Order: sequence, then C-alpha cells, then structure tokens
Amino acid sequence: MNIFVLVKRTFDTEEKIVVTGGAIQEDGAEFIINPYDEYAIEEAIQVRDAQGGEVTVVTLGGEDAEKQLRTALAMGADKAVLINTEDDLDELDQFSAAYILAEYLKDKEADLILGGNVAIDGGSGQVGPRVAELLGINYVTTITKLEIDGKTVKIVRDVEGDSEVLEAELPLLVTAQQGLNEPRYPSLPGIMKAKKKPLEELELDDLDIDEDDVKAKTTTVEIYLPAQKVAGRVLEGDLSDQVKELVSLLHSEAKVV
Amino acid sequence: MDFKLPEDIEFLKQSIRDFVDNEVDPLAMEIEEKDEIPEKIMNMSMEMGLFGLSIPEEYGGVGIGMVGKCAIYEELGRTHNGYTTVIGAHTGIGSVGIVEMGNSEQKKKYLPPMARGEMIGAFALTEPSAGSHATNLKTTAVRKGDKYILNGSKHYITNAPIADIFTVMAVTDPSKGAKGITSFIVEKDFPGFTVGKKEKKMGLHGSHSAEIFFEDCEVPVENVLGQEGQGYVNALKILANGRAGLAARNLGSCDKLLEMSIQHANTRIQFGKPIFEQQIIQHYLADMALDIEALRSMTYRVAWMVDQEMKVIKEAAMVKLLGSEVYNRVADKAVQIHGGIGYIAEYPVERFYRDARITKIYEGTSEIQKNIIAAQLKHEYL
Repeated sequence: MNIFVLVKRTFDTEEKIVVTGGAIQEDGAEFIINPYDEYAIEEAIQVRDAQGGEVTVVTLGGEDAEKQLRTALAMGADKAVLINTEDDLDELDQFSAAYILAEYLKDKEADLILGGNVAIDGGSGQVGPRVAELLGINYVTTITKLEIDGKTVKIVRDVEGDSEVLEAELPLLVTAQQGLNEPRYPSLPGIMKAKKKPLEELELDDLDIDEDDVKAKTTTVEIYLPAQKVAGRVLEGDLSDQVKELVSLLHSEAKVV
Repeated sequence: MDFKLPEDIEFLKQSIRDFVDNEVDPLAMEIEEKDEIPEKIMNMSMEMGLFGLSIPEEYGGVGIGMVGKCAIYEELGRTHNGYTTVIGAHTGIGSVGIVEMGNSEQKKKYLPPMARGEMIGAFALTEPSAGSHATNLKTTAVRKGDKYILNGSKHYITNAPIADIFTVMAVTDPSKGAKGITSFIVEKDFPGFTVGKKEKKMGLHGSHSAEIFFEDCEVPVENVLGQEGQGYVNALKILANGRAGLAARNLGSCDKLLEMSIQHANTRIQFGKPIFEQQIIQHYLADMALDIEALRSMTYRVAWMVDQEMKVIKEAAMVKLLGSEVYNRVADKAVQIHGGIGYIAEYPVERFYRDARITKIYEGTSEIQKNIIAAQLKHEYL
C-alpha cells in the first residue's frame, strides 16, 4: 500500500500568540506537527504495519519544517518530502497549497492519502478536499475510524458529534478527527533511526510549477486578537428589580431576547 | 568549546519530556500511594525504548553515549524518583556490566530482551557485612566441573523483586582479598536462587529492593562476567560508569523543585505581596539556581569525558557527590519556601525531599566518594 500523509508545521498550542504590525510573531515560538496531522501519521503507520507498504510524509514550507518531518520519521514514517516554497512564494493559501501538493502527488499512484481535519492555525479544512478534487479521487473528512479490506474502506466519520458510517473505494483521501487513534511518542530508537531515513527536498521548479500559477487567490486584510474578555456585571438591589433589569439588559444590550 | 547539546540529543530529550509530562507525572501520586508503577507506564516505557538506553543499537538498544543518556536521565529525574529508579537501576548498574564486560555470547543472549524491557536487570554487590566496605563479601562461589556453586546472601538489591538477571559479585578465592572476587550473571530461575521480601523504605516508592539468597545456587561457567578475579574491578567500573547518570537524574529533580518553588513563591501571598518579593526567598531561589547550574555544568562535562574515553574516577566521584548534596540542599530549600504545604503528602515537594535522602547513600555514600577523590588526589599530586 502506497500511503501519503500531508503534514503542516504549526504553532505549539501552548504558545501565546503575539500580533505586531499586522503579523503573528514567530520569534522564539515553539512549533509542532499540527495535532490533527499527528492522528493522520499514526493511522498511516498502523495501516502500513497491518497491510504492508510505505508511508511518505509531505509538507510545504521552509527548511524549519524539517524538524516536523523528522518527528514523523521518528514516529515510524518511511520517507519524507519537503516542498520548499520559501524562495518562490511569500504567501500560500489553500488554493496554492492544494495545487502544489496535487502536482506532487499526481504521478505517485497513492492508494491512501491522509491529512488532518483542519490545521489549528488557519483552520480552513480545505487543503485535503481540494487535493482530492484535483487528483480526481474520493475523499472523506473528519474520520474517527478506518478499516481497509482489499479495495474497500469502511469509515466512521464524525458529524457534529454524531457518527456516520460509510464505505468507499481506494484510492482515497481522508482527513483525521480527534478520536481516530492515540498518536505514539517518537521512541528513542525511532529518533535514532530517523536520522538515516530519506528526507527529500523539492522546489517548485522540480515539479514544473510556475510560481504565477500558484499565487495565493486570497489576501489577508487584517490580523488581530479577539477582544479581551471583560468582567461580568453583578446586579444589585431588590430581587424583583434585578429580574426586571436583567430582562431589559438581555433585550437591549445582549440582544438575545 | 561547545556547550550546546547536539540536535538529535535535544530531540530525544524533548520526546522524553513530553512523555514524562503527559503520561508519567499525572500518575506520580498513584505511584506513591500504591507503591507500584502502573503497568501502562511500564509498557509505554518499553515502547519508548527507555530500557535499552545503555545498550548498543546492534543489540536493539538506543545506542547513544553518556551525554545522550544524561540528557534523558535529566528528563526522567523531573518526575517520580521511584519510577526513575526502576528504569535507572536497569539501564545503569543492571545492564552496564554485560554491555562493558560481557562476551559476545552473553551480549547476544541477554541484551536484546533487556533492551526491550522483557528482561529486567539488577546489580548485587552489597551484603550485610559489605556496605561501604565492599570487599568484605561473604558470598562464595566454588567451581565444580562446569558450574560454580554460590552460597550467601545480599541485601538492599534494587529491582530484585522484578529482576530477571543479576550481576553478582562473589568470592572465588578468599586468600586474594579484592582480587579473589568474581562477577557472575545469575538468572532468577537458576536452582538455589531466591528473592526475599520487599524492604519498606522512606522513599523511592514503586521501586523495590529486597534481599537475595544463594543456597548451593548453580551458575554455569559461561556466565562468569569477564575473568575470574576481576569482579571487584568490574563492580567499580560499573559503579563509576553510572555516576554521571545519577547526577543527571538528581539534576532533573532539582530543576523541577526550582520550577515549583518559583511558581509557589510568585503566587503565595503573605504580608500583602507574593513571598517572591521577600529578599530572603529571592536568595533561597538564587542559591538553588546557582547550585543547579554548577551541577549541570559538571554533569555534562563528566558525561562528555566518558564519551571521550577519558579517565573519570575522580570526576565521577565528584559529580555523584555534588549531585546528591545539591539535591538535598535544593529539596530542603524547596520545602522551606513552600512552608506547610511542602510538608503535606498531597504535594510533590514532600516526596522529592524524602527521595533525595537516599542519593547520599546508595551507589557509594558521600563519604566514600570523598575517599575516592582523596585517593586520586594523592595519586595525582604526591
């Protein structure tokens, strides 16, 4: 089975986000594999261990992302590919990411492609489905269970807290939801072995992509932090007056009744 | 001169940090109360490859040097010391003998299952009459055909209740003193070998020590570790090798105590302000940080020396001594900064304080380390 996992390097969930000059400050911040992509990597390793084959992890970005690829290799992936867009593109959006990934994947004869349901930074959840569309294969998002029997794949997916059971055929792209599995920690021997595993670096030229064709189709207008939460108001006075005031506030200020 | 850890060692360290913080530390109170390591933690530790820390890659271990081992021990030291001791006694004195002195048959037979954690190792030198006076062993080994017959007993043997193999020192020639001691690899199922009941200890809960007994215990000749008569030298080498590792474990515990003390000092309000604002508390914290920094520098320098295959008898004794003395000083100050809550068993500071005490005693007391240092000084200067 030829398995690919789409991985994104994201901010550590424990980092405090600082915005200055309309941009998120990255200096000194810790970066991790997008947590939903970790489920995808774990699932890919489990599928490979059960069915045989090979797991390749792919990411887009700069050289910094090598660390996340090494982590995936230490978990047990076989090969890693960094498509380095640092020099060619200032900004990537879902369109550009999906286009580049699809160009890379189109002649790879992938049986199964996995990704995270969303990235915890951008949170669009678009790249996986867009890649599948471009490759002309089926896709299922937010999966919590995956069973492969020959070409048939039985899937449970999370639909707003409920479960939907469906069947699909390989080749297939799926995106992972929390609950799919418990991602392993990179083991000590795994980390040592990861140093010797192949990590290929490609640029847009290597994929015959013209940078004008993958220019972002969206522009970021503004980046700001959510408004600071202010303390609640405590009503005082006679109980019946408090009730009246509460109702009027819910009506006029909170506008919920 | 480069004081930075190599990138791959940082990677190993981070992985163990995540594992310890997310999986082990939340169960520290349970380990303390039940006096056992949950099976889940033992199994996960095996999957992480922790049991193969000292074992070369070709035998299924991690295959890293002393600097790498110390980096990992430092992370393990940040959590429950009983857990750390189960791992440390196996990866340190429990397996180093076979790694360093074993022949290739012994390595092939024992190291792969030890690396997987399916076979747990222990080190058996101490006897009721041979503590610091380690050459005063009463356990004897008499050769009879292709076997040695062992008789005697040993006590305070860490990991004995869970261990599968023991590196045992016994007297083969009483007329030769220290040179009449031989080391053996003894399997728990060898006829005539038994393990006594667990000893109740002040700390290190979850890590168990026990007496072991040899009654006409039959050990095949091929299980002699190294040469006959080399046992005492072997024991000293095994102990010396472990000393930087012990210091690294203490370093991790100290670091955790400092972290907790700073956080407590910053949130505990007395006299209308955080106690951190009191100069005396600042001085306590500064003293702790100073001690820790000195210990860190020395630990990694000795580890580096081990990796360069330099002679480290004096330095290993120094770092073992500094590590345990610093740990006790830091734990004492941490309890003082925490005040009443530092004495309450529901809070980890009290546990670290009790666990610190043994480090001045086991694997060579602080006093013995000073003897070793002085003996080396005499050798160097006179």
